[in-house]
Amino acid sequence: MGSGHVHRLYRHAHSPVHALPPHTKLAAVLAFVVVVVSTPREAMWAFGAYAVLLGLVAYAARVPAGFLLGRLLIEVPFVAFAVLMPFVAEGERVEVLGLSLSVNGLWGAWNVLAKGTLGVAASVLLAATTELRELLLGLQRLRLPPLLVQIASFMIRYGDVITDEMRRMRIARESRGFEARGLRHWGVLAKSAGALFIRSYERGERVHLAMLSRGYAGSMPVIDEVTVSRAQWSYALALPSAALVVCVLGWVL
Amino acid sequence: MHVPDGFINAPVSAATAVVAAGAIAVSLRGARRELGSERAAPLAGLVAAFVFAVQMLNFPVAGGTSGHLLGGALAAILVGPYTGVLCVSVVLLMQAILFADGGLTALGVNITCMAIVTTVVAYVLFRGLVKVLPRTRRSVTAASFVAALVSVPASAIAFTLIYAIGGTADVSIGRVATAMVGVHLLIGLGEAVITALTVGAVLAVRPDLVYGARGLEQRLKLRVNGELVDAPDTGPVPVPAAARSRRTVWIAGLMTSLVLAGFVSFYASADPDGLERVAADHGIAERAEEHAAADSPLADYGVKDVEGARLSGGLAGVIGVGLTVVAGTGVFWVVRRRRSGETSDAAPPVNKPSDPDTDTAPPANKHAGADTDV
Repeated sequence: MGSGHVHRLYRHAHSPVHALPPHTKLAAVLAFVVVVVSTPREAMWAFGAYAVLLGLVAYAARVPAGFLLGRLLIEVPFVAFAVLMPFVAEGERVEVLGLSLSVNGLWGAWNVLAKGTLGVAASVLLAATTELRELLLGLQRLRLPPLLVQIASFMIRYGDVITDEMRRMRIARESRGFEARGLRHWGVLAKSAGALFIRSYERGERVHLAMLSRGYAGSMPVIDEVTVSRAQWSYALALPSAALVVCVLGWVL
Repeated sequence: MHVPDGFINAPVSAATAVVAAGAIAVSLRGARRELGSERAAPLAGLVAAFVFAVQMLNFPVAGGTSGHLLGGALAAILVGPYTGVLCVSVVLLMQAILFADGGLTALGVNITCMAIVTTVVAYVLFRGLVKVLPRTRRSVTAASFVAALVSVPASAIAFTLIYAIGGTADVSIGRVATAMVGVHLLIGLGEAVITALTVGAVLAVRPDLVYGARGLEQRLKLRVNGELVDAPDTGPVPVPAAARSRRTVWIAGLMTSLVLAGFVSFYASADPDGLERVAADHGIAERAEEHAAADSPLADYGVKDVEGARLSGGLAGVIGVGLTVVAGTGVFWVVRRRRSGETSDAAPPVNKPSDPDTDTAPPANKHAGADTDV
């Protein structure tokens, strides 16, 4: 697709990871996250191993560490929750620096932090190496219902348009001297939201008519059928397979 | 707030993913009916884009803080429950894949709590209220207020239930429940105000677009020789009475069980129980901020420790009914699908005797026609 259809998490580059077919990457990331979630939390070294694996993928994909770490900030609300956990959890308590902390709470916090961070990092890597359109195609090839994929692609395609419309409405409000400061102004904002809904819905009707006039009959044509070689699958699945080995070791040891 | 990976254990995540997949499969069919099979993709896509955008619209509360809409109840009322579930689910899916917001394995949990429970609870409540209240626009707005108000704590309770089964952290359920419901009652209040105002704004301009207000339009009157008479009906043929009577029974049963579950259990749990005690002896520290943040509304809804426990009990009952109805409707729907293969359009004779309400106003027919060919 052209440069206008690139989402803000995508990072353009030419790397083996970028070149992989999207559905193999989606499957790999999903399998990896499932493996991470099913690892016992007591096996701390296993999470370190997962982080190393992700680091290797990031290196192969030429995603700089700063970029990856910056994107991890999306997790911050849950970090706050995890920090609270040792204070409110049940079970036996230990004294750390004069604070009474729950052992189970500490384990729980570690569990959420480690698994959540690894999951976010894997998703960020996926999004950074795969274009939007490719992601949607990948979802379709993973046998997601076609209607769902179509809805998702319309949402992505018009998400920016609708957001821009909302921005223009805000500019129109502000250029008329309106500034939302408190509860009293909710009426105006809600009217804007209502207008936005009407505009979106009517745009949907127009889009549908335009599609009909171009021969749309309920399904989108697939123009780029990709065949995936066994080598590509095995390359993509190297990450979850390595993670699986670590997970099994984590259970056994 | 999106649940990340590792918060809910793997088996429960898988189970909720199955629930979510089933609900989405049902909604895909339902959305084709609500929007028309061909129009479903572009319209639902654009509504999903709207939900996505409107979540970024900030509503200032006070002192620099602001909130935003969650959109489940709004989508259900504006475009119908099935499309609502689909739109919010697609938004959640894209947020998980594109923006790493919410874990991939927690997608089932997120969709179940935020897309399915909010939308279904909101729509069931809304439908029931619209049936009961007078047929005016104001009652549609009021119904959407209540629907949105309940839908957000309902989602919090659903999360608490999932957490109780498969949570990885060892925090007592009472604490999670009180904290979640307390915070989400506040959020629900904001959601309710915004949803009601937005629905009112759309109703004022394009009432035909509001799915929940279908059937509210007035009959066209003609003045013939100084007298008002009904215009000849040019609309679609009214559906057979059987469908309508079944619908009435259905709504009445639903309302009864909701009242029983929500309000009777509210009083039944008046005796102090474990949850209440937990709430009483832990709640001081965390709740202090909440009380500071909320001035008058909290007093109305009584999110003090005792009241919170009771109210959450009542709400849990309502959710239980909601979930049961969803499961039951799913089974009923599958069975009916099967049967309709054999007897194509003959109305079941069993329902014939029970149609005393043949004198319902014609708009209701039209409405039932739009809605009961489930």
